[in-house]
Amino acid sequence: MDPKELKRVRLIRRIAQELPDGALVNLGIGMPTMVANYIPEGRRILLHSENGFIGLGAAAEKGKEDPRLVNAGGQPVTILPGGCFFDSSMSFAIIRGGHVDYTVLGGLEVDMEGNLANYMIPGKMVPGMGGAMDLVVGAKNVIVAMEHVSKNGAPKILKKCSLPLTACGEVDIIVTDLAFIRVTKKGLVLEEIAEDTTVEEVLKATEAPLHVPGTVRKF
Amino acid sequence: MKPVITADKAVENIKDGSSLMVGGFMGCGNAFTLVEALLKKGSKGLTLITSDTAFPEVGVGKLISQNRVKNLYATHIGTNPVSGQKMNSGEMDVTLVPQGTFNERIRAKGAGLGGVLTPTGIGTAVEKGKNKLIIEEKEYLLELPLGAQFALIKAEVCDKYGNCFLPMATKNAAVNMAMAADYVVVEAEKIVEPGQMDPEKVTIPGVFISAIVQSTLPASNLQQKP
Repeated sequence: MDPKELKRVRLIRRIAQELPDGALVNLGIGMPTMVANYIPEGRRILLHSENGFIGLGAAAEKGKEDPRLVNAGGQPVTILPGGCFFDSSMSFAIIRGGHVDYTVLGGLEVDMEGNLANYMIPGKMVPGMGGAMDLVVGAKNVIVAMEHVSKNGAPKILKKCSLPLTACGEVDIIVTDLAFIRVTKKGLVLEEIAEDTTVEEVLKATEAPLHVPGTVRKF
Repeated sequence: MKPVITADKAVENIKDGSSLMVGGFMGCGNAFTLVEALLKKGSKGLTLITSDTAFPEVGVGKLISQNRVKNLYATHIGTNPVSGQKMNSGEMDVTLVPQGTFNERIRAKGAGLGGVLTPTGIGTAVEKGKNKLIIEEKEYLLELPLGAQFALIKAEVCDKYGNCFLPMATKNAAVNMAMAADYVVVEAEKIVEPGQMDPEKVTIPGVFISAIVQSTLPASNLQQKP
């Protein structure tokens, strides 16, 4: 595995550790889906798929794909024993009504008030919000999984988001290749740093002010 | 009994400029036979209301890549690059709606509700032009009903009263859409006599269905994204 991939696995594994046994979780398309592969031994989580089921399992085996059963990205998957199917109104009632314990999704920008921008770069990338706005508003806990800085080195954790917002004040935890940050009423708290970085490096890579507690754990 | 007709007959009134809803999510649950018939008919300038535009060569995505849509209401268009291109060029007007809101607006239309109050979109671009209400100190957007002249639904089994079974993840937005259009066509892989369907297994009650078409392009035709 190359160094970048290793850092990605580390952040994904850290998020997986955060999810308690029995939690109902929605994992966004892309990097967040990998969280399912790193759930600690002995722990079981229930995965909610916004297109209409709970009990999302692994990708379908080649040659055994069922076109009636896909994940939110349109890829053929399986459903685990004890799962259930439902329509979109029910799916989003589960989401918006506060029944999803954790949602893990990507981010373009997060700011010190817990605002998240992750669905659009005007004029460049307009995929649409899909279920993201409902998920961020409805889920009990919102975890953003992203690189700490963009491809050109610009910070992604800002004083104030500049891109169109997905939702206001809803982010609870940010996990990057460098840090584990909790969003609190006091602001952003740097609870943990990656084992191969320093607090100084993280502060330099973050535009928003970070509260640094007496003890900063490593992951 | 509901009429069992050909796909061509089912789409004959979907003229240029019509509005239609198509059930499905990333092609899963798209009525492929009906979409092909509509493509063959050549209608354009359509207002299309659908969860997403799948992929350029799959189901509802073809309506986009073959230039039939003037106005699109969808929740996500990222998997079909043609949708983004046409939006940016101004060729197609796109209204992006949060998926929960999208479904409740359609459901409200079908269910006789004047609108829905949702917290989704507060503080975002979705708020623009909408009424906000504060109820018990929480802000909500007033979202209005969304319907269409036509709806194209895909079922696995349908009896001749129109009662449909939609398996697994094919249900998605179709259940709401069947309630919210003036003329609702269901494309079914298997059409059975009344009494051959277990009433407990009905996903969409037949009361919403206008006509039934035998599917000739079943779900197994779904091409997976390369």
